[in-house]
Amino acid sequence: MSERIGEALARAKADDRVALIGYLTAGFPEPDATVELAKALVAGGADMLELGLPFSDPLADGVTMQRSNLKALEQGMTVARSPELIRELRAAGVVIPLIVMTYYNPILAYGQDGFVQDIAAAGADGLIAVDVPPEESEALSGRCREASMAFVPLLAPTSTDERIALASRQASGFIYCVSVAGVTGVRRALSSDLGEYLNRVRRQTDLPLAVGFGISRREHIEALHGKADAVIVASAIVDLIEATPREEREEVVRGFVEVLTGRGKV
Amino acid sequence: MSNDAPVLPDERGRFGEFGGRFVPETLMTAIGELERAFAEAQADPAFRDELDALLRDFVGRPTPLYFAENLSKRLAGEDANGEPRVRIYLKREDLAHTGAHKINNAVGQGLLARRLGKRRIIAETGAGQHGVAAATVCAMLGQECIVYMGAEDVRRQALNVFRMKLLGAEVRVVDSGSRTLKDAINEAIRDWVTNVETTHYLLGSAVGPHPYPLMVREFQSVIGGEAREQLLGVEGRLPDYAVACVGGGSNAIGLFHPFYMDESVHFIGVEAGGEGLDTPRHAAPLSAGRPGVLHGAYSFLMQDEGGQIEETHSISAGLDYPGVGPEHSFYKESGRATYATATDDEALTAFRLLSETEGIIPALEPAHALAHIVKLVRDVADGTVIVVGLSGRGDKDMEATAKALGVKLT
Repeated sequence: MSERIGEALARAKADDRVALIGYLTAGFPEPDATVELAKALVAGGADMLELGLPFSDPLADGVTMQRSNLKALEQGMTVARSPELIRELRAAGVVIPLIVMTYYNPILAYGQDGFVQDIAAAGADGLIAVDVPPEESEALSGRCREASMAFVPLLAPTSTDERIALASRQASGFIYCVSVAGVTGVRRALSSDLGEYLNRVRRQTDLPLAVGFGISRREHIEALHGKADAVIVASAIVDLIEATPREEREEVVRGFVEVLTGRGKV
Repeated sequence: MSNDAPVLPDERGRFGEFGGRFVPETLMTAIGELERAFAEAQADPAFRDELDALLRDFVGRPTPLYFAENLSKRLAGEDANGEPRVRIYLKREDLAHTGAHKINNAVGQGLLARRLGKRRIIAETGAGQHGVAAATVCAMLGQECIVYMGAEDVRRQALNVFRMKLLGAEVRVVDSGSRTLKDAINEAIRDWVTNVETTHYLLGSAVGPHPYPLMVREFQSVIGGEAREQLLGVEGRLPDYAVACVGGGSNAIGLFHPFYMDESVHFIGVEAGGEGLDTPRHAAPLSAGRPGVLHGAYSFLMQDEGGQIEETHSISAGLDYPGVGPEHSFYKESGRATYATATDDEALTAFRLLSETEGIIPALEPAHALAHIVKLVRDVADGTVIVVGLSGRGDKDMEATAKALGVKLT
C-alpha cells in the first residue's frame, strides 16, 4: 500500500531527519538470508526496505550489484519466488514499507499484470523498474495505480526539465533521484552539482525525493539534510554483507545502519 | 535507400510491437539528442555527400556483386545447355575496407559523433569486426576509441584484438557473464551511462534502443541498395531470394530493407544453430526464443522461464548473441521474412565449400547463410536467382576454424 510510504516519510520529516531506505538483493548471499538481514536493517533504524529482484544482465549496476545479482540467481532466487519472500518478510514482523526493484524482462516473463497484483497482495508498497523510462512505463504505472502500489520513477542529473515533468506525472510515493551519471556503487564524495539538480526536480514536483547511487556514509546523509527526503543505501550494505561471516552479519549490518541513521557511533 | 519503404519505426521507435527504448533514465536525454541529430544529418545534403565520398574512397564502395558460377553448378547442377540451374550471387562486403560490412555503419556514426561534438567513442565487439571498423574510423576522424570485448571473444579473435590496438584503440576485456558480445554490450552501456556527456556509443548492430535499430539499418542499407541496382543490371530482374546470416542482424537488415516493397523477393535470415536447436547450445532467438527486453529494445530473446537471459553458443563470435534487432522480430511476426538456422558443423562445411569452389574464404558468420543455400537450392525451380550477403572475409577465423577442423597451425 503506497500510503505507508507517505507515513514513513512524514515520520522522518517530523523527526527532522532524512529517511533511510536500505537495500537488499533478494536471496543473497544465501536463499534464506533475506529475512534476517531485513530485520537487522529495521533494528538499525531503516525507514524502508528496497528489495532487489536479481536479473542476469543488470546494465545500470556496478560490480557489487552484478555480483550479488549473479550469486542470488546461482542460489536459485527467481522472480516467481518473490511474492512468497515478501510474505515471509511480513510474517516475520518486517512492517516498514517495502519497495521492489528490478529490471523489465523478469517482470515481462512473469506477466506484467500478475506480477504487480501478486507482489501487492504479498505486501509490497512500491515498484522501481530500472530500465523502464516514462516513455515506456504507461502500462506498468497504470497497473501499480490499480493495485494501490507506488510507481517510483528514476531521474538523473542528465534529465531535462521536460523529462522531470514527464516522470513526475507518472510518479507516486516518491521519486528516485540518481545522484550521478553512472552505475550503482560506493563513491567517496557526493557530486558537487547535486544541490542544483535536486532544486531543479523540486521546482517541478511536490513528491518526496530520495537520493541514491553512491550514498555510503553518514556525512553524505547529513549533507542531504534539507535537500532530500530520503536516501537509498545499497552497494555499501551489499559490500558489507559480502565481507562478513554469516554468524556476525546481522549485528554488523545493524551497526552500520545505526551509524548511517545517526543512532550509533562510527 | 529506398523511398517507398513503410515508415517504420514509428515515432516511439516501434516496429509493430517490437523496439522501443528501455534504458536507464540517465541515457534518455542523450538518446533523444542522437535521434534529432540523425534526423537532421539525414536531411542535410552536405552530410550525405561527405558520407558517400568516404564510402567510395575510404571504404571502397560499391562492393562487387559476384556471380558464383562454380558454387551454383556444384550445388544445383547444370541444365541441358550447360548453364547453372540456379544462379547464386554474392554481395561482396568482404571486400569492403577492414573486411566486413561493419565499416558502413561505423563511418556513418563516426561522422554523426563529430556533428554531436563528441570525441570519445565507445564500441562493443563480438567477432572483432565492428571493433576494428570503429577503431579504423576513429583513427581516420581523430577520435578516441575504446572497445569492449568479452574475454572469450578476445581468445577466439586474437588477431582482431591486435588490429584494434594497432589502430590506436584501447581494448577493454570484459570478464562478466558469458564473456561474449552480450556482456561487452552491458559494459559499453555502463560506460555510456557514466560518460554520456562526452561520449558517443557506436553500437555495431541493428539492436539497442531507438534510434539505433533505425540508424544502423539506414547506414547498412547501402548493401541492399547497391545489390538491387547491380542485379537489375546483370539479370534484368529482381532476385527470388535474399539470404543473410543474423546475429544482431545488421547485415541482414541492410540487405533486406531496400527490397522490402519488392514482394516477390523472399527474405531468409539464418541464425546460429550451434550444436543444434535440440540442445541449449545455440544462438537462435528468432527460431527458439520468445520476446522480451534486453539492451534497450523489446525483441526476440533467448531467456529462461523467469526472464533471465540464457548463455548462447556459436562457433562464430559474431552470431553468439541472445538477442536480435527488433525489425527482424517484426519481419518474423508479419511473415515478411523467414528465419532458419545452420549448425556449427554445417557452417564449417559451407566455409570450406566456398573456399574450394570460388577461391573466396568467407567469415564464419556468412558461412551460416551459405550453409542454408546448400539446403535451399534442393527445393527451388530452375532459373531461380539468389543473392547472399557475404558479410565478411574469413581471415579472422583461421585459428578457430583450424582448431574445429583438428588442424595444428604451428
